[in-house]
Amino acid sequence: MDNPQDTKKSYQDYIDKKSPNSPIIKNCFNAFWVGGLICMIGQIINAFCKYKGLDTQIAGTIVSIILIGISAFLTGLNIFNKIGKFAGAGSLIPITGFANSIVSPAMEYKSEGYVMGVGAKMFTVAGPVLVYGISSSVLVGIIYFIFR
Amino acid sequence: MQEFLQSINYMQLLYAFIVGGIICIIGQILIDKTKLTPARILVIYVTAGAILGGLGIYQYLVDFAGAGATVPLTGFGYNLAKGAKEAVDQYGFVGAFIGGTKAAAGGIAAAVFFGYIASLISKPKMKKQ
Amino acid sequence: MKKIGKQTIKFNSPPSILSTACIVGPKEGQGPLAKYFDQCLEDEFWGEKTWEKAESKIIKETVNTVISKSELPASNIDYCFAGDLLNQCISSSFGLRDLNIPFLGIFGACSTFVEGLVFSSIFVEGGAGNNCLCAASSHFCSAEKQFRFPLELGNQRPPSSQWTVTGAGSAIISKNGTGPFITHATVGKIVDMGIKDANNMGAAMAPAALDTLLTHFKDTNRNPSYYDAIITGDLGHIGKEVLIELAEKQGFNIKSNYNDCGVLIFDKESQDTHSGGSGCACCGSVFSGYLYEQLKTKKIKKLLLIATGALTNATSSQQGESIPGIAHAVSIEI
Repeated sequence: MDNPQDTKKSYQDYIDKKSPNSPIIKNCFNAFWVGGLICMIGQIINAFCKYKGLDTQIAGTIVSIILIGISAFLTGLNIFNKIGKFAGAGSLIPITGFANSIVSPAMEYKSEGYVMGVGAKMFTVAGPVLVYGISSSVLVGIIYFIFR
Repeated sequence: MQEFLQSINYMQLLYAFIVGGIICIIGQILIDKTKLTPARILVIYVTAGAILGGLGIYQYLVDFAGAGATVPLTGFGYNLAKGAKEAVDQYGFVGAFIGGTKAAAGGIAAAVFFGYIASLISKPKMKKQ
Repeated sequence: MKKIGKQTIKFNSPPSILSTACIVGPKEGQGPLAKYFDQCLEDEFWGEKTWEKAESKIIKETVNTVISKSELPASNIDYCFAGDLLNQCISSSFGLRDLNIPFLGIFGACSTFVEGLVFSSIFVEGGAGNNCLCAASSHFCSAEKQFRFPLELGNQRPPSSQWTVTGAGSAIISKNGTGPFITHATVGKIVDMGIKDANNMGAAMAPAALDTLLTHFKDTNRNPSYYDAIITGDLGHIGKEVLIELAEKQGFNIKSNYNDCGVLIFDKESQDTHSGGSGCACCGSVFSGYLYEQLKTKKIKKLLLIATGALTNATSSQQGESIPGIAHAVSIEI
């Protein structure tokens, strides 16, 4: 009888060979142009804010709010998941993906009510982003305070 | 409108497109090669952005590519870290706790608010494919 | 009824499958087996407010259909075995709460349908009742919600992932009848080969299917060519290939008469279902619709049905546990 750990490992290797790979070149190409396009739209909004005389910080916030708004709107229309399926990281990595990850569970868990459903489940995917983003910013602030 | 179009720096647009696109390609490679879930990839991006922002490295990318660097989630992390540093300059130690969230407040509030509105008026639908 | 070999039950007076019924969702209704299903739904909600309610309605209506097709009064059905994938099997217990038939809830993940057939046959043959009903359901949307991500999340499904079948299958097993008859049942062991990828269920379940398949042949002294068709539950395209190769290594060639319900139910190219169908309803609806029809018309005379299940949940996969597989087989002959 073979050592079960060996058998498991060789089975895993066999399965890795057997399973088809994602079409990575095609996926990367789509991610590149969709992600690039979203960033370019952001840049145009940014340029418009600057043109209207707003400062950099506010212009950046407005870019985020508008892109988040568009993403939420497309998610509500059941369109964003189709874009996501096509573009992968191209729509996930920009702030649009963050918005989608808040809006999609909010819609899904509406059936469990507005408090424990929408309210609580809204952060199932995006919660970790806030936890790790905010925590690392506090750490950065503390380290900066010590060493500045 | 004409005046606005003339004011746009078109090279900057191109840089935003290329840098934003490349940041997304890195994410796509992570998805396809590592089997990480979307939540983990977003966490990696936001944390990486905060660290690079804290070290002052990400600032160069932002200066070069504008929205190409700030719109991806690394930019969200960069924004948090930058806010924390600025608030430390202004308020001292307590600024570390105020600055990050304050800088990202607009984005977080927009996502929560629009998410709530969308859940009120819309229903999930079956994926057709 | 007696035990032969290690894990197999041989029925002395084999119980008959009196009738079957299945209702499936719209995507399944666009697939190659559409004409064999009793009903294909227009939309996944079927007029209900939630996915969970819709799944309950599907299993309820499927059971009503199988009872009316059998022409038995409902009061003549002695026991009902049913299960599904949702936590604590709520689809079947909520869907069947008004049925007024003694109810035994069962869970075998996607192998639930055959588990139900096994229990029903034992109850009938053992004299506990004359007629038993078994049913199993699954729903793409409720399964995605429970096991994976919200439907509106813009993620990509990897090529090895499978598509949960929306629908339900049901059968009535009877002491009297003209067949097809359940002659043997091989109850499978839990087999875990350490696969952790929840997007590659076929690979996780194939070793369990192999174990049950080999044990069945050994216990019954049969070989693959005895059967007109050997059909697994939901191994999908990858799992099917894996099982063929694993069986070949053990000296059994099943290439010519073997197929998988998850491969049969969807058209891979046009329906973009990646590695094929999965879920309790995959085996349930393909057997109740397509395979039962083949048996009745004698296009298949000897069928070995092996339903496979992945005994995992969202918590266990987050905790990094591997996916244990299970497979139960019944031999159905006419």
